Amino acid sequence: MAAQIEELGARRWAPVDGVLLEVEDLQVEFRTREGVAHAINGVSFELRQGETLAILGESGSGKSVTAQAVMGILDSPPGFVTGGAIRYCGRNILDLEPDERRRLRGPEISMVFQDALSALNPVFPVGWQIAEMFRMHRGMNKTDALAQALRLMERVQIPAARERVRAYPHQFSGGMRQRIMIAMAIALDPAVLIADEPTTALDVTVQAQIMRLLADLQAEHQMGLILITHDLGVVADVADRIAVMYAGRIVEQSEVFALYARPAHPYTEGLLESIPRLDQKGQELAAIGGLPPNLMRIPPGCSFNPRCSYAQDVCRYDPPPALREVAYHRLAACHFSELLLAHSPKLEVTQTAAEVEAAFERDADTAQEPGWTTAPVDEERT
Amino acid sequence: MTEPAASQRRPPAAAGRELILKAEGLVKHYPIKAGILRRTVGHVRAVDGVSFELYKGETLGIVGESGCGKSSLGRMLMRLEEPTAGKLTFDGVDMYSQKGGSMRRLRRDIQIVFQDPYTSLNPRKTVGDIVGEPFEIHPDAVPRAGRRKRVQELLDLVGLNPEHINRYPHQFSGGQRQRIGIARGVALNPKVIICDEPVSALDVSVQAQVVNLLEELQNELGLAYIFIAHDLSVVRHISDRVAVMYLGKIVEIGDDDQIYARPTHPYTQALLSAVPVPDPTLRSAREQIMLSGDVPSPANPPSGCRFHTRCWKAQEICSVEEPLLIMRPDGSSAHESACHFAEPREVV
Repeated sequence: MAAQIEELGARRWAPVDGVLLEVEDLQVEFRTREGVAHAINGVSFELRQGETLAILGESGSGKSVTAQAVMGILDSPPGFVTGGAIRYCGRNILDLEPDERRRLRGPEISMVFQDALSALNPVFPVGWQIAEMFRMHRGMNKTDALAQALRLMERVQIPAARERVRAYPHQFSGGMRQRIMIAMAIALDPAVLIADEPTTALDVTVQAQIMRLLADLQAEHQMGLILITHDLGVVADVADRIAVMYAGRIVEQSEVFALYARPAHPYTEGLLESIPRLDQKGQELAAIGGLPPNLMRIPPGCSFNPRCSYAQDVCRYDPPPALREVAYHRLAACHFSELLLAHSPKLEVTQTAAEVEAAFERDADTAQEPGWTTAPVDEERT
Repeated sequence: MTEPAASQRRPPAAAGRELILKAEGLVKHYPIKAGILRRTVGHVRAVDGVSFELYKGETLGIVGESGCGKSSLGRMLMRLEEPTAGKLTFDGVDMYSQKGGSMRRLRRDIQIVFQDPYTSLNPRKTVGDIVGEPFEIHPDAVPRAGRRKRVQELLDLVGLNPEHINRYPHQFSGGQRQRIGIARGVALNPKVIICDEPVSALDVSVQAQVVNLLEELQNELGLAYIFIAHDLSVVRHISDRVAVMYLGKIVEIGDDDQIYARPTHPYTQALLSAVPVPDPTLRSAREQIMLSGDVPSPANPPSGCRFHTRCWKAQEICSVEEPLLIMRPDGSSAHESACHFAEPREVV
């Protein structure tokens, strides 16, 4: 029945007011022998048609686990979704039967993985693997499916696709393998595409090709794209909105231009200051001290407090600050976001001497002691 | 962390610079074997004629995409890999003609920090054993009685807790492990350290800590670095001079401004234009040069200029005659570039 409706051109799933995906207060934990790791602690975001949302974070921040939870491919056990909702086109897909959930993967929500070599099956030709999507989901016969696969390989700009449709994954270069992954992901014309570090393993010139390809495909199909990455450069190039993750929480969410101009969370600020820039020879990098927390022992209070240079007692002892609106269309989870926005380093350039002085006085009022002395980081000193 | 003035970090201009390492025409070909008899059927030309000079206290960055031969070059500079041809002079001594004891003594002065801090540290040894191992091989470096203390000093120098001397590598994070690797690298007071992608396995926030550490050590100990990396932003940050490699050859070499602000080789221009800059306001302002296709195989490199198959400037001469790496004007000065049609272009 579902297949028939699809053939008639009507999608079974239609976005509600342009919103494709809505994640609300998602909680994921990993139950391991060493203890319970709280990988995701209340993540909420939404994705609209044609929008690119970048989820930015370091390793262990929970960005990939978020993607896996949305896709429904979380390794379980040890991973468990313990709370929250993931609504696709208004319906909570966590409540769906496994079989229904599986039918979503591919035609509705699809994913491109980081390591194409291990994501592709080494013993089948790539054309056959792409064609599998059509055989499984659309019930096509082998010949038709292979013809579709060829058409897709041409669309992702694989040179000499006709000759290479029978080649095996190891016969392709890294960039070409990533194109094949993308071909598989877009085969069934999904509404949401999740790209998990799609270019991390690739060289910069190839990265540029792949990012352009993704952008073109997205524009063509009005896909919602979730781009998971740790690369602030890639994000600046393609994203509409950014969610910055730290220790399983979104600490800041904003439209991309505003975030780069003036970060509202100390972690975002630290990240932006710690990367060297290609277009200028900088001074010493302002590194964030310490390490990301162990997810089995997330510090009480704000999880960033041991590494934060603005940290106060309220950050250490009060419950973690909630993600709240700190400026127009900007969310941040920090007690001092307004202060940060009011005199971020970038703004100081245009401030008058009197304003700078006032800002220093404000600083002196709130900061009785430097964050470092009272919150020593156990292992690494800077 | 103290704030080192940027001017202190930079070595004085060309005059009075002391040469420490000189490579002339380094070549490394790896045989390709096939068949039951393992007959050699061809060669991978990983490094194919590389020459450069390194001066005391400076950092030479080597950038290039995977497969360009930058890591093979690094291993040859350590003599971990015997060259197919070429000459390497370290402090006036021909390195490749040294044997036994004299080679071992030479190795004290030239050390390496590896890319992957997870596989380059022996998991069965404690941090003290790992950092102290150079003293086992070079017993005259530090008297036996003082070794443990020296190891603790080294740990302190790289920002690790000296009391963690008895811990094992798995008890440390990636950034800390890289610090252990660096402590081992500086243990023998070398003059040159080869850093082979030292920060590419690390998270952004930790990467900055390690880059800062390398710079601090350079100031304190007067080290010269060969900094091999694929991340052009990091290389710009740390390097005084930069060499760009493509398919086993240096295509352009010059100081930081010459390479980044006035690149004359089309490959350098394409490479730079592909690097995303973390500033969304530059999105439309930056012009991206898209290279088509992949890097050709080093087993069968193109004739003439190796870049001509992907170059938008290529003419007939490019596929016939190999352009030499010679001084070519870049607008306001001149630096070495290997392109028949070298002309400066602003891409960053």
